[in-house]
Amino acid sequence: MNTKETSFVGFIKDLPKNMFSGLVVSLIALPLGLGLAMASEAPPIAGVITAIVGGVIVSILGGSFVTISGPGNGLVGVVLVAITTLGMTATYAAIICSGIILVILGFLRLGKLADYFPSSAIQGMLAAIGLIILGKQFHIMLANKIVRANGIEYLLEIPNTLLTVINFQETGLIYAAFAGVLSLGVMVFYSKIRNKYLQLIPAPMWIVLVSVGFSYYYELILKMPNPISSAYMIPAIPNIQEIITNIPTPNFEMVGTLPFWSSVIALTLIASIESLLSIKAVDKLDVRKRRSNVNKDIKALGLATVVSGFLGGLNVVTVIARSSVNVNNGGSNRSSNLFHALFLVVFIVLFSTELTRIPLTALMAILVFTGYKLASPDVVRRIFTIGKEQLIIFFATLFVTLKVGLISGIIAGLIATFIIHIVVTKSVTLFIKNILKPNVLMFKEENGSYFLSVKHFCSFLNFNLLKNKLEAIPEKSDVIVDFSLCGFVDHSVMENIHDYQELFHKKGGNIGVIGLDILGTKSEHPFALRRLLPLQNMIPDNKTKRQKSLELIATDFELTYKPLKRRNTEFLENFIYFKTKKIEHIFNQLSAKNDPCRLFDITFSEGEFIAKEVVRSTMLYIKTSQNVPVFTLDREGFLERLYVLAGYRDIDIKNHADFSKRFYLRGENTQEIRALFTDELVRFFESNAYYHIESSKDGLLVFSKERIASIKEIKALLDFGVRLNAIINKP
Amino acid sequence: MNAIAFKTIGIGVTFSPNLEANINEAARFALCFGSKLVLIHVGEASEKKSNTFIKFLSPFKAEGLEFELLFKSGDPVDVILSSTKERNVDLLIIGALQKENFLKYYLGSIARKITRQANCSVLLLINPSIERIPCKHIVVNGLKDPKTKETVTTAFLVGHKLGVDKITVVEEIDQDEVSVNVDDDKSLRKSTIIKERLRLREGARVKKILNTIPENFTKNMVIKSQPIFGKRGYSIGHYAQVARADLLVMNAPAKMTFWDRVFPHDIEHILTELPTDVLIVQ
Repeated sequence: MNTKETSFVGFIKDLPKNMFSGLVVSLIALPLGLGLAMASEAPPIAGVITAIVGGVIVSILGGSFVTISGPGNGLVGVVLVAITTLGMTATYAAIICSGIILVILGFLRLGKLADYFPSSAIQGMLAAIGLIILGKQFHIMLANKIVRANGIEYLLEIPNTLLTVINFQETGLIYAAFAGVLSLGVMVFYSKIRNKYLQLIPAPMWIVLVSVGFSYYYELILKMPNPISSAYMIPAIPNIQEIITNIPTPNFEMVGTLPFWSSVIALTLIASIESLLSIKAVDKLDVRKRRSNVNKDIKALGLATVVSGFLGGLNVVTVIARSSVNVNNGGSNRSSNLFHALFLVVFIVLFSTELTRIPLTALMAILVFTGYKLASPDVVRRIFTIGKEQLIIFFATLFVTLKVGLISGIIAGLIATFIIHIVVTKSVTLFIKNILKPNVLMFKEENGSYFLSVKHFCSFLNFNLLKNKLEAIPEKSDVIVDFSLCGFVDHSVMENIHDYQELFHKKGGNIGVIGLDILGTKSEHPFALRRLLPLQNMIPDNKTKRQKSLELIATDFELTYKPLKRRNTEFLENFIYFKTKKIEHIFNQLSAKNDPCRLFDITFSEGEFIAKEVVRSTMLYIKTSQNVPVFTLDREGFLERLYVLAGYRDIDIKNHADFSKRFYLRGENTQEIRALFTDELVRFFESNAYYHIESSKDGLLVFSKERIASIKEIKALLDFGVRLNAIINKP
Repeated sequence: MNAIAFKTIGIGVTFSPNLEANINEAARFALCFGSKLVLIHVGEASEKKSNTFIKFLSPFKAEGLEFELLFKSGDPVDVILSSTKERNVDLLIIGALQKENFLKYYLGSIARKITRQANCSVLLLINPSIERIPCKHIVVNGLKDPKTKETVTTAFLVGHKLGVDKITVVEEIDQDEVSVNVDDDKSLRKSTIIKERLRLREGARVKKILNTIPENFTKNMVIKSQPIFGKRGYSIGHYAQVARADLLVMNAPAKMTFWDRVFPHDIEHILTELPTDVLIVQ
């Protein structure tokens, strides 16, 4: 049990780490804030104000732990509509009202609005938002600003814009378009290049740095004006004094009108859905596996939105991309959100004039990329594998959202889902008669495990009943969910149950789902669990060149080669490296019976939701005895010295000054680690190539780079592993 | 307090395909308890009808069953209710109808009205059969209610007579009693502790009731006490279904008003979705 005192000490101890991750997050938040605000046609500074207000208020009053709050992607479309129909000052009033509604929803414990929407419809809505952002900003990115009536028309104009760009004559525009394309390139390829120095600064900040540098290069060295057309530069950013004196007054005159309230409802709906999805996704990433208090967070977000609206900012929501970056950089509590806000204040105070050196096209490239992430073809492919009917729901929502608007879109999605459910079950009465019944029974069995039985049907309409029961079970327990009395289970439920299964698994519990197979065969159930089965699509006879070489290595080293994907990766889950990552599978495994070493390629993902990045890498695992202390060993470089400044400790080994200088050794139990690093082991590390090595309780993980290793590298790694094994597992 | 001894058992009979099964079930029950059986038929008396009933009852007559045929015209609900009063019927047996798909049973509107208004105990049979299907597991409610003690005792009496293997006393605990909403890890811990406390409290209460049950009723029986958190009246039916109980024994509802049917609670849930045979103890 952690008492109040130790948690306070822990908080202080973690403060430098959170400051560091707050800094990294603020580097993204600055360009994104500017871009999101401009995409919604609000003054650019509004986005930064949103992030600052959100960071301060939500970090103090919020109920989540590692989330970052600020202006959201999803809201771009809604704010844009609000500003064009209501005007800027009335939009501030609408934002304030939506904040008040969010606070009320939080108090009514209705913060989880998104639970009542089918997941395919939400996916469709998010994709539509992505397309709205992408469609509009794509033209600005290529320095061809156009005005159209709705999202679809913007999308249809894309080929025209491409043609226009090719025929550009004016050099100012060519440079502007070039900056846009280059920035898009940076966004796309940034995550593919896994270099720790490059990754230290987030991609959007690289774009800012490069474009500011470019501008200075022209000004100071070439003594020429910036070649990018001034129409495609960020308009003047007010300095801090101007921001304070020019706080706009919200205009409440339109409070009685319908468009005002439809904007308020849309803002509230999207803010709550985006926040909820993000909080859920970020909770999955949390190293300490804490559970966020969603309603408390919604209240804080609502209050922050009210304040932000009064100060000339936009809706404050929880944002996934920035939160993922926060987790990846070691953010461990809400203080990182606060630091992110404080750093933004510092940036605005110190550099507000420098920001006008950023080309608009470059900024919009960042948004085009986020828009693409929301509407990426992967989403469509994933939904298609779940079922064709889900695709109907998805596209119904998507098109109505693009053509009419967000609220109509989500309503269309709801109706489409319900109709499909009726068609699939061939029964309306099943839903109408049973919707209000408390259809979930939960009881604790004598052996301490929980049994949940669900009757009638379970779909997005009544999932909250099942969810409430699941929420009330400690995650360490074993749970059985029995659907055998259920006539229909929909995809939203299956997906959510899968999320709970992961959560329980992470915390040491287990959820077993039974009774579905009967359902599947009896009623040709379309949402059966089969989508969770691994896809064994690798044909053994059709091997790549690398796989053939691996086979040769296997015979060379007298190992067995298994090319197929394997999902039993429990042995990797205790490693610190994987705490913020989700392992998908391992493949191309080289191993031998009774040999503690095994080498494999691994696929894992970082981040969640739209910020998800899939990484493939080659690693070596050595099984060890139980008593190896947990440690991480890395080559000590510039970054590691920076980490030491940020509060991470480097353990020195006595009498090995060279080793201590060259290697960065980290771990909780200093004494045991020092005892483990004998002269022999230290000399071994000193005289061999650098690898990232870390131990869990009963194994070592060795790898060099976060990518698939070449054949030569694999041989070196295998050799290293064999010799390390000889020392570590010495009898 | 003594368990209700069923001195007179009544059954409403009509000429339906289930007639023989219904009569057989009722007669077996009556034999088991050594009670008198009253067959109530709504309609004119006739030789032919009497002969049919007597034909079905003759095998039981040989075993010593005492029975009476009652013919009376009028509104079925009124007739059956008034006859039960007249003849001092302690237990009224009603057969449920079966839906097209095999899993669900429901009560007709007449049967429902009778159940609501009856002044005696009511046994609802979902699956009357001509051959005897042994009753193995009884689920009885352990609500915090003055009637509960009598109901539980009756369940044990019935269980003893029918030779069941297992009786489960289910205490339904309303979600409202767990005053903490689960939001995060802290409130989850709190609600888990509160639930554990409620569980122990209810367990102790049920144990007290169980201690008053005559020992010869509980012989050769597995007795289990199961607290469940859920909607009163509904969850117990669900539990009986999940636990594959053969008979569910429940308290009679306190009072029925119009609103109880609009916002169903307690017994009304059971009437709409019969999970198994149900005995409502008055």
